[in-house]
Amino acid sequence: MIRALFPHPLLALGLFATSLLMSGSVEPPAIALAAVLALATPQVMRALDAQTIRIRSPRAILALAGCVVIDVLRSNWAVSAIILGRRRHERRSGFIHVPLDLKDRYALAVLAVILTATPGTLWVEYDSATGRLLLHVLDLVEEEEWIRLIKDRYERRLMEIFE
Amino acid sequence: MSQAILFWCLTLAQGLLVAAMAMAAWRAAHGPRAQDRVLGLDTFYLNGMLLLLVFGVRTGGAIYFYAALIIGMLGFAATVALAKFLMRGEVIE
Amino acid sequence: MTVADLPAWACVTVGLLAVAGAALSFLGAVGLCSFKTFYERVHAPTLGATLGMALIVAASILFFTLVEGRFMPRELLIGVFLTVTTPVTLILLGRAALFRDRTEFARDDASDDA
Repeated sequence: MIRALFPHPLLALGLFATSLLMSGSVEPPAIALAAVLALATPQVMRALDAQTIRIRSPRAILALAGCVVIDVLRSNWAVSAIILGRRRHERRSGFIHVPLDLKDRYALAVLAVILTATPGTLWVEYDSATGRLLLHVLDLVEEEEWIRLIKDRYERRLMEIFE
Repeated sequence: MSQAILFWCLTLAQGLLVAAMAMAAWRAAHGPRAQDRVLGLDTFYLNGMLLLLVFGVRTGGAIYFYAALIIGMLGFAATVALAKFLMRGEVIE
Repeated sequence: MTVADLPAWACVTVGLLAVAGAALSFLGAVGLCSFKTFYERVHAPTLGATLGMALIVAASILFFTLVEGRFMPRELLIGVFLTVTTPVTLILLGRAALFRDRTEFARDDASDDA
């Protein structure tokens, strides 16, 4: 019964919050509209037959989020320094190949968003057959170090969450 | 006094964002390649959206928030469409 | 509360947050203009789209929360929306650029052979 009403509980919750924020109030009409949206839209998703997300460890999400916030701050600083022209001569940028063990599609999507949203790294191409990711790095000092960073900081935590 | 500080800070922020928009427009106009132009356009949209948010703080009106949201959505759709177009690989330059 | 009754600390905080965010976006645009290759330039706008956006959104939330007298996190929508969409556009652009580079190299090689 609950399953039929809420096939995607996270989506329903997100839509409810979005609708309330758009209305900018918590009066009964706004809540009614949000409830209608949260109930009706996941039914449309049923037709798309999307795989539901299984989250193994909610605590790992917090750890990952904290890690991402710190990295975004740090890399913003690093890229600002590069643009302002410090160390212009020795810097070189380039592509690196990262072998990924992550297979879950949602986990890969989250990793793509994290890597691209941190200034200085750009997810370019992923080959699902070999599990190899092509990444462009603005400040490429040591290739091994970048690979270890991605595997240790993000991939391990994403595996805890999704797989 | 503190209102004057807020006023000048917001003016400075708006000036910086307009300068950023001008540079993005320069990149969109000069290229050199099509992907640089699309990237310039995307940055232009992004800074325009932030400028509208600062306008909202300055005037205290809620309408700028909705305008910024719409610009963000249109900019996203436009850039995705253009990037998809570039991917087909047959673009007349 | 109207804008005129805002306490001094609030005015200064909102102003500084807005200026810091705008300065980061400006720096991103400078990078967009000054980097030499396309793949370096792709990194520049993320500056404004992550921390720059977050600071301006924080300024806006703080301002409207104080002026309207209740918690108004409306601008969070823009923050979440941008965080999700900017990587998508940049990844697509990067892939389009790589694809075009590859096809062009392939075409150059073919014309060399002929």
